[in-house]
Amino acid sequence: MFFKRFLRKITLALSLLSVMSAVQATEGDKPEEIILGITTFLSGSASVFGVPGKVAAEIYLEELNAGGGIHGVPVRPIFIDEGKGASGMLSDYRRVVQAEKADLMMAAISSGNCMALGPVAEDLKVVNIMWDCGTEKALEGLDYKYVVRSQANAVTEMVASVLYLLKVYPDFKTIAVVNQDYAWGHDSWEIFSTVLKQMKPDVEVVAEFFPKFGAPDYSSEISRLQALKPDVVFSSSWGGDLDTFTTQASQRGLFRNSKFFLALAESSLERLGSKLPEGVLVGARGDHYFLHPEYVNDPKHSDFVSKYLKETGSQPIYPVYHMVQAMEAMVGAYDKAIVANDGNWPSKEQLADALHGLTFRGLTSEVTIRPKDGQGLEDQLFGVTTSSDEYDFRILKDIMIVPADLVTTPVGESTPEWLKTLDAGLLDEVDFYREGSGGTQ
Amino acid sequence: MGIDTLLLALIDGVSYAGLLFLVALGLTFIFGVVRVLNVAHGSLYAFGGYSAASMGIWFAQGSDSITLFLLAIVLGAGVVGVILGYGLTVLLHPFRDRDPIIQLLVTFGAFMVLEDVQVMIWGTQPYFVSGAVFQMGTSELLGVVFMNYQLWFIPSVALAVYVLLSWFLKHSLKGRQIIAVTHDREVATALGVNAGRIASLTFIIGATLGALGGALASPTTSLVPGVGADMIVLSFAVVATAGLGQISGALIVALMIGIARSLSVYFLPQFEVVMPYLIMMAVLLIRPQGLFTVAETRRI
Amino acid sequence: MKKRLLIAGIVFIAVLGLSAELPWVRVPMIMALVYGTAALGVVVLLRAGQISFGHAMYMLISGYTVAFLSQAYPGADGIVLVLAGTGVSLVTGMILGLFLVRYRGIFFGMLNLAISMVIFTIVTKFYGLTGGSDGMRIPRPSLFGIDMDRAGYEATLLVILLVLAIVLIFSVQQFFRSSAGQAMASIKTNEDRLEYLGVSAKKLLWQGYALSAALCGLAGAFYGLSQGLVTPEAGYWLKSGELVFMSILGGSVHAAGVFVAALLFEFVKVYASTLMGGAWQLVLGVSLIAIIYFLPGGITSLFRKKRKTLEVRS
Repeated sequence: MFFKRFLRKITLALSLLSVMSAVQATEGDKPEEIILGITTFLSGSASVFGVPGKVAAEIYLEELNAGGGIHGVPVRPIFIDEGKGASGMLSDYRRVVQAEKADLMMAAISSGNCMALGPVAEDLKVVNIMWDCGTEKALEGLDYKYVVRSQANAVTEMVASVLYLLKVYPDFKTIAVVNQDYAWGHDSWEIFSTVLKQMKPDVEVVAEFFPKFGAPDYSSEISRLQALKPDVVFSSSWGGDLDTFTTQASQRGLFRNSKFFLALAESSLERLGSKLPEGVLVGARGDHYFLHPEYVNDPKHSDFVSKYLKETGSQPIYPVYHMVQAMEAMVGAYDKAIVANDGNWPSKEQLADALHGLTFRGLTSEVTIRPKDGQGLEDQLFGVTTSSDEYDFRILKDIMIVPADLVTTPVGESTPEWLKTLDAGLLDEVDFYREGSGGTQ
Repeated sequence: MGIDTLLLALIDGVSYAGLLFLVALGLTFIFGVVRVLNVAHGSLYAFGGYSAASMGIWFAQGSDSITLFLLAIVLGAGVVGVILGYGLTVLLHPFRDRDPIIQLLVTFGAFMVLEDVQVMIWGTQPYFVSGAVFQMGTSELLGVVFMNYQLWFIPSVALAVYVLLSWFLKHSLKGRQIIAVTHDREVATALGVNAGRIASLTFIIGATLGALGGALASPTTSLVPGVGADMIVLSFAVVATAGLGQISGALIVALMIGIARSLSVYFLPQFEVVMPYLIMMAVLLIRPQGLFTVAETRRI
Repeated sequence: MKKRLLIAGIVFIAVLGLSAELPWVRVPMIMALVYGTAALGVVVLLRAGQISFGHAMYMLISGYTVAFLSQAYPGADGIVLVLAGTGVSLVTGMILGLFLVRYRGIFFGMLNLAISMVIFTIVTKFYGLTGGSDGMRIPRPSLFGIDMDRAGYEATLLVILLVLAIVLIFSVQQFFRSSAGQAMASIKTNEDRLEYLGVSAKKLLWQGYALSAALCGLAGAFYGLSQGLVTPEAGYWLKSGELVFMSILGGSVHAAGVFVAALLFEFVKVYASTLMGGAWQLVLGVSLIAIIYFLPGGITSLFRKKRKTLEVRS
């Protein structure tokens, strides 16, 4: 009993200390700079994907700060490497929030990291924009106040993917999957296969491979796939893993036996070059593509693309688009919150509030963050690879854009339940992109 | 299922085993002679790979010549083997009279240092230099297309190295001196063998073998930080299962593990990564000295 | 005795004061204490001259036990979870120890490594059960029945771990001085003589092994509670290597050494990213080699009372 009281006293004392230091930044105080913590992959096989995100942030912020920043306040980024593993990243995240006093965070790329970060961000009461991770489980049903997602989730992307596959190749019989062995790989396949089986009950899954994240060698899986000869090989891999798998599959002629659907391959088109054959179905985790038919000549888009090209020598890929989206969400939220606060600088709670229900535009179409659950609604782009005279890598043709609200779990519903309500009738509501049709319905 | 699947698993297993054997060979060879379990062997693998990749980029970029490509591999491995092998000998010299566990810890320290040196030299982004591997062509067996590089070349290199090393040990002067030092360092020294030089030579040979493994792996896998750590514990599994210092044993165990692994990809994919350690655990429990160690007589 | 209590008291207050002033120091402090406790387990084995390269597996087992239990019983108190995690690790250690104590030297080390890698790879691959490489979340439980916010929770964990560390240092030192502890040290020097005295070396080693497993389990449970997450990386062979590193650095002379070593280790890691350009492995690797060369008994051998005994070089 005495012990409990003693503990309560210590807890109270320490809590008072921390509260006192937290209350220092009161409303109405314009800070000297906005400290923004960003997590991305800076090492390991996923860095081919993560470093473009960092470059995008730097380009964007340079421009933003040159124009005075957000209402006159410059933004300073601090980058955290997700390649250190979840524990290392978590301690860095906490350090950036507590020691460096970050005003808001953008995290993360890895779905596994987002799952771990959500509760931590809520605990630390710091605004966190999930700028690239996909698993719906990181946000659904969790009633987060400070955490939102500025892009779509696995449900949107995978349901749209199924629709695309069935539209382009309706008569296949067998399918195999090669996904990364972590949250995204498993969750994305779960959604994809569930919806596929509902819309095409006679489909047969002949093999399910989940090689570990960062696996250096896919020889055995490729041999097996060659022996099984499935009609379709599906993979939601990304980054270095996708590059390795595609290169090895290409060298061994696996693309000749099966139709490949690489849902995230827009981010690897340039790196793979001619290793990626024609006729491969490709997705872009959003309507992100440097040759997007509707936005290729749009000044905001084309300006950024040329800046990025000049800086890196490569075309931007979807992590770049996602980063810009997150930045636009941040700017839009500050604008909205300042207006709501009668011109005063908003508190973290007001900022978090402003993010919910916000509509903003990155480099392509508009994205809306749903007011009730903080989930972003982002349209999805798909295409088939084909050769180009202008570029020495494959580009996309026969593009299809699927609107987000058609394929995202409605607010308040649970994904497993909602997926069961889908059927092949949904196919009639999507169609290929026609020039001048305005793209999405 | 059937014979076809089993054969395919066998083929896959053999090509994987070839690489595994080369790396484990270096480790077990060093232990056999110098009685040190070299944790930094993983770094040798990684450095060998990076170095071969860099050489490839340096003088074989864009070219499809197989000779240049092979040259890059051999040079890459050789440079790393000599420099790091000798470096490790020098590092371990002050500790030569200490407990083997202590020497192991010194190599662990070296491994940590080399991990960071690797990042300093080559950065954190993946290296993928596949180049001329494709030039070697493909073969089709049982309806499956294999890269000749993985199917024939790597296992042949592994076999050739094994044969060469065995011949060298039995029939050359230096080789027999190595065997002498392995059996009894004191007596060998008394007979005029410079045990210190033999130790250096052994380290350099062993290090080159480890680096060669990495160099051969570099065209088909991507090189990233951490690739050494995974390889070292896998080589430990081979070496400990075969018996520390057993060269022929290492070949057989590498085959065992390679085939077990690819069989499990075919039938029990979830156990693929568990296989090597399961085998290691099982063997060590029954025969802790390894499968092929001949029991030493105790000296009183 | 009084002097030691005084030192303990000063350290206690210093740490608490520091963490009140700089709140972000709390978590590295907690981590240092956690690793110190785990490394203490390795030191116990080191006393018998045996080094295990797989002891991080006991941290893993305990951490995942805490994760599973907190999922199954959402209201469970943190202290109950810690006891459960430690218990499971202890029992596992007792069972595995039954046949592990037959081996010595490099074989002992390798076998521990093998078992830890089997556990590691199984936990990594069974995504449906264990969350795979993403790990499992451990939501913040109540401690001693009280629900707290983040600051209070961390502070309480820190206090508990500090008290535990002090208690453990004293107890393990007592154990080393006891007949069982002294006998264990002779396993390293001459096992046969021990057997002639009628003492079962295997039983002694088994006791030591079980104790070391329990210590690692204790550390693992607190690791999970403070991180709120447990991943398979907690049981990877590199982590076991780090524990061995800390135990060598601290030395087996005095149990306090290993906590100092863990503190050094943790802070080099944290500061490396800001000061040394991220090259913490280089710094630690070099210091390991240096310590082994210059101070083979670890840091605490510096404080060892100089006894006038004849040294016999073996």
